Amino acid sequence: MSKLTLSRRRLLKAGAATGVALGAPLHFVKGAYAQDKMSCNMPTGSEVVLGFNVPQSGPYADEGADELRAYQMAVDILNGDSDADAISAFSGAGNLKGNGILGKKVTYVTGDTQTKSDAARASAQKMIEDGGAIMITGGSSSGVAIAVQSLCQERGVIFMAALTHSNDTTGKDKKRYGFRHFFNAYMSGEALGSVLAEEYGKERTAYHLTADYTWGWTQEESIKNATEKQGWQTAQAVRTPLGAGDFSQYITPVLNSGADVLVLNHYGKDMVNSLTQAVQFGLREKQVNGKDFQVVVPLFSELMAQGAGSAIKGILGTANWDWKLNNAGTKAFTQAFGKKYGQPPSQAAQTAFAQTILYADACERAGTFYAPEVIAALEGYEHDGLGNGPTLYRAEDHQCFKDVLVVQGKDDPKDKFDLLEIRKIVPRDEVTYDPSIFGGDLGPADAKQC
Amino acid sequence: MDALLLQLLNGLDKGGAYALIALGLTLVFGTLGVVNFAHGALFMMGAFCAVVFDRLLNVETVTIDETQTTPWGTPMEIREPYIQSLLGDFGAFLVDYSVPISIILAIPIMLIIGVIMERGLIRHFYSRPHADQILVTFGLAIVLQEIIKHFFGANPIPQAAPDVVNGSADIGAMLGLDGIIAYPWWRLIYFVFSLLCIAAVFAFLQFTTYGMVVRAGMRDRETVGLLGIDIEKRFTVVFGIAAVVAGLAGVMYTPILPPDYHMGMDFLVLSFVVVVVGGMGSLGGAVLAGFLLGILQSFASMTEVKSIFPGIDQIIIYLVAVLILLTLPRGLMGRRGVMED
Amino acid sequence: MFGNLSRNDWLLIAGFTVLVLAAPIWLAPLGAGYPAIMEKFCIFAIFAIGFNILFGLTGYLSFGHAAFLGVGSYAGVWMFKLFSMNVVLSTVFALICAGLFALIIGYISLRRSGIYFSILTLAFAQMMYNVAYSVLTPITNGETGLQLELSDPRYLDNALGASQSIGLPRTSFFGIDISGGGMPGFYFCAVILIICFYLSIRIFRSPFGMMLRAIKSNQTRMKYTGFNPKPYLLAAFVISGLYAGLAGALMVATDPLAGAERMQWTASGEVVLMTILGGVGTLVGPVIGATLIKYFENIFSAFNENILNATFDFLPEGLRHFAVEFSALFVGEGWFLTLGLVFMIVVIFLPGGIMEGIARIRALFSKKKTQDDAAEGSVVAAE
Repeated sequence: MSKLTLSRRRLLKAGAATGVALGAPLHFVKGAYAQDKMSCNMPTGSEVVLGFNVPQSGPYADEGADELRAYQMAVDILNGDSDADAISAFSGAGNLKGNGILGKKVTYVTGDTQTKSDAARASAQKMIEDGGAIMITGGSSSGVAIAVQSLCQERGVIFMAALTHSNDTTGKDKKRYGFRHFFNAYMSGEALGSVLAEEYGKERTAYHLTADYTWGWTQEESIKNATEKQGWQTAQAVRTPLGAGDFSQYITPVLNSGADVLVLNHYGKDMVNSLTQAVQFGLREKQVNGKDFQVVVPLFSELMAQGAGSAIKGILGTANWDWKLNNAGTKAFTQAFGKKYGQPPSQAAQTAFAQTILYADACERAGTFYAPEVIAALEGYEHDGLGNGPTLYRAEDHQCFKDVLVVQGKDDPKDKFDLLEIRKIVPRDEVTYDPSIFGGDLGPADAKQC
Repeated sequence: MDALLLQLLNGLDKGGAYALIALGLTLVFGTLGVVNFAHGALFMMGAFCAVVFDRLLNVETVTIDETQTTPWGTPMEIREPYIQSLLGDFGAFLVDYSVPISIILAIPIMLIIGVIMERGLIRHFYSRPHADQILVTFGLAIVLQEIIKHFFGANPIPQAAPDVVNGSADIGAMLGLDGIIAYPWWRLIYFVFSLLCIAAVFAFLQFTTYGMVVRAGMRDRETVGLLGIDIEKRFTVVFGIAAVVAGLAGVMYTPILPPDYHMGMDFLVLSFVVVVVGGMGSLGGAVLAGFLLGILQSFASMTEVKSIFPGIDQIIIYLVAVLILLTLPRGLMGRRGVMED
Repeated sequence: MFGNLSRNDWLLIAGFTVLVLAAPIWLAPLGAGYPAIMEKFCIFAIFAIGFNILFGLTGYLSFGHAAFLGVGSYAGVWMFKLFSMNVVLSTVFALICAGLFALIIGYISLRRSGIYFSILTLAFAQMMYNVAYSVLTPITNGETGLQLELSDPRYLDNALGASQSIGLPRTSFFGIDISGGGMPGFYFCAVILIICFYLSIRIFRSPFGMMLRAIKSNQTRMKYTGFNPKPYLLAAFVISGLYAGLAGALMVATDPLAGAERMQWTASGEVVLMTILGGVGTLVGPVIGATLIKYFENIFSAFNENILNATFDFLPEGLRHFAVEFSALFVGEGWFLTLGLVFMIVVIFLPGGIMEGIARIRALFSKKKTQDDAAEGSVVAAE
């Protein structure tokens, strides 16, 4: 039937050739300027672009919104659009002159991770390829952070992780281009272990409910190790499906298991639901082995506490940071944030803010945007005054080491920002570990062209 | 043994909830022949009726005290609960019982939402392919949930059950097993509530002339129309009832699951599985399937079972669905010819 | 199996080819001229084209097609890890695996029709997703997703003495880098998309395609005439499963990471929406639907107040503030709302999806000049 004179093969060929010819300039032009000491997306004009990759839809959208507030604030401070009160206590404040980074005005691109690896990577790719971002920061889960981190390693763009708590981010899956300020499951376990023994005694039997995916497992393992070191026993560790919604079938066996502590290795909505339901089952009024039954949630956040409502009262857990901390860095940051947005910052906002400031500071100290040298400036960097006390960015695994907070749900909160109280500040030495225990390989810091 | 008893109880409770959540969906399937992907959104809207009522009760007067500042540097806001102080003891009562009382609020609201949805949208899709119905109702579900997200945020909003029924009932005591079988009061209430709702809908369709006409319309819309009966109007009412049932399921579920804007989508697949396993459009089937899935899910979650089949609790619902659909072509109690094309 | 193509079909293929290959030029002003998004357009277009072969021709609505995409992805990454970074090997293996899964799942699910079929496919996909996320973590790497590692063996590459790069190697097509964000990755996907599109036209025009359409219009009648529709349905199911597997293989070829989320029911639902949005049973519809949804997801979500302020810069202060506030509802975190509204508007006013809108516009023109519409009329005729 075909009356076409052009053969199909010729047609395809011609089409492909035109396309290549037309598309080629777009691609090769960028590389043409490549010179010594160029890494991906190094600014050539008067502006430098940062990529803020946060969840804007999905269950962690509120965390994402708070992270964006913090990023906006950091950008304003770096550009000198607002005063630098928030970083007045920062040990590296002198490096930041309010004229952008290295004299280049800071602009930014944003994207929605949806808390899904694929969407987060697609968004990060857009930032790198289309937005020209030289650094990407953000995230709300470990799966997303690890996925974006490996992309950044591949493309030669620095990734400053925000909310990610899994040991893997700076352990098994650590990357030369990835940095984490937030603490991890291991630190939660170490910090919580001793406090739990002090509060509830050494003769305890724990029952774990664990979200059935990698973060949950590392969390369970860390808490188990830490509590068993204190003499606790572990009755059982049960895995629950992600997003189960109704956890009743996992809670009912706890009642008669002989355990007297329930550890909920859940995060986000799972944690809100499982805690609410566990309390509803009357676990906290129970007496087992002559002791009051206790519930423990190793990882807390203010937003999760809000979601759980009164169920959070008296529950022990850990946090990376809290706005009620009594140090100069925290006060400066909280005041500045509160003035700007009318509410105190969440720990998500704090880690996002710190990461942006630390990146800018590293560029200033390195005197260049050239990624390998910025990485070198961040590695092993000891600083203070961002709210967490003296902090070390360890060179071996790019994990920040700082004090960890043990927090407890308040019995009588004044308002919805006052749900947690700080029970103990566990010093940095007690949560520091040997980087080799998690394995992993940072990989090379070679500069990449893009 | 008591572990098994507890899981059986738990499964029954779950089953009641599943059946109630899926009830409106199967009603709409059976009567109107519409695949309603916005059913989850209706469930979520119901839950937010409770949230709105709670918010209304907690309306506060805010006075700004310039002399004091908050720890984060803004002028201190002094908040006084308005309604509560206005109504005194009655106000406190309202706050305590806000979830059950918001049922009164939810019924008219959900009815109105349902009628508007049917009149404005669903009606025009009766004769359209199922694919179109899916797209339009899914679009509507997204719009509804995003509107809720815009006003209430993405974070769950806790709703407390009344104080009297907080905590759990010692069911074992009735059987002479003190302190072994305890179950939360609110879940027991939810169970009874779902049975009542299901019975009411069932009675409405089975024992009233109105319901009889609707059932006739399900079988043969044209003939019923020819008899001079305004079947369209009755279908609107049926959709309204489905919306109310979904909404009530949502309201009562809030103390168990702090509602957030996404909860509708979270329950959508589950309710579809319940409805299809039960047989499309069959009320009895949905109830039966709800209990079956609930009980099996509870048993599959026991460690003893999981140690033999790792991860069985993750897939049990779908596994059961596959097995039932392969042995019984139309689910447990499905009729021939409904949604098979 | 393949039918002959008319002149119009050839013109359609030619036009499609030009449009796809010239995408970097015409997409750039729309903010989507960078490789990663164009690769996504191609990949999801392939996914939707394949889905349309099943749904558009037979009317069987599968709610679990993302599972095959996931299988293809995992298979592809395992090939990269174990043998070679060459995308040909990974793609072939992905097709084999996806085909096998499609054969088994299709064989079982096709014993039922209508919504029961939909739920069966949904159930299989959800089981695979749940298991991949948790119990099968040794194979799938669960939540984190299966990715390349420095310590991967890559036996074939190493045996052939491929040059050791610093860091992770990139996927390649005989020496041309496919991953890593370059244009070759896009052209690789584009060429495969064009081939897939061509194959789909051939299937639509073939006796096999006619048979499938006959099944859709009246299966009972077909059975009475002595035909057994089952093998045809299964063939269509496997073909669309292969398309999905191919899409999965391309996803990991351009970006070597395979996560379980891409098998979730929402991902299966997405391809259904793409197809319906574009126009079920049309040739070009699924491509348009896929492009549109991915465009919203990636471009609309990236709008922020800065960009909006710049966009409405020409307006006076008060008006600009209002314009920014109002449009912020629909972009950035509001992109999902826009998507929902688009679904509703399209399906309410254009029952046949966007392709029907195009056909209507063409009909308007053809009233004026009746001859001109022959060129692309085949698109509508495909329904």
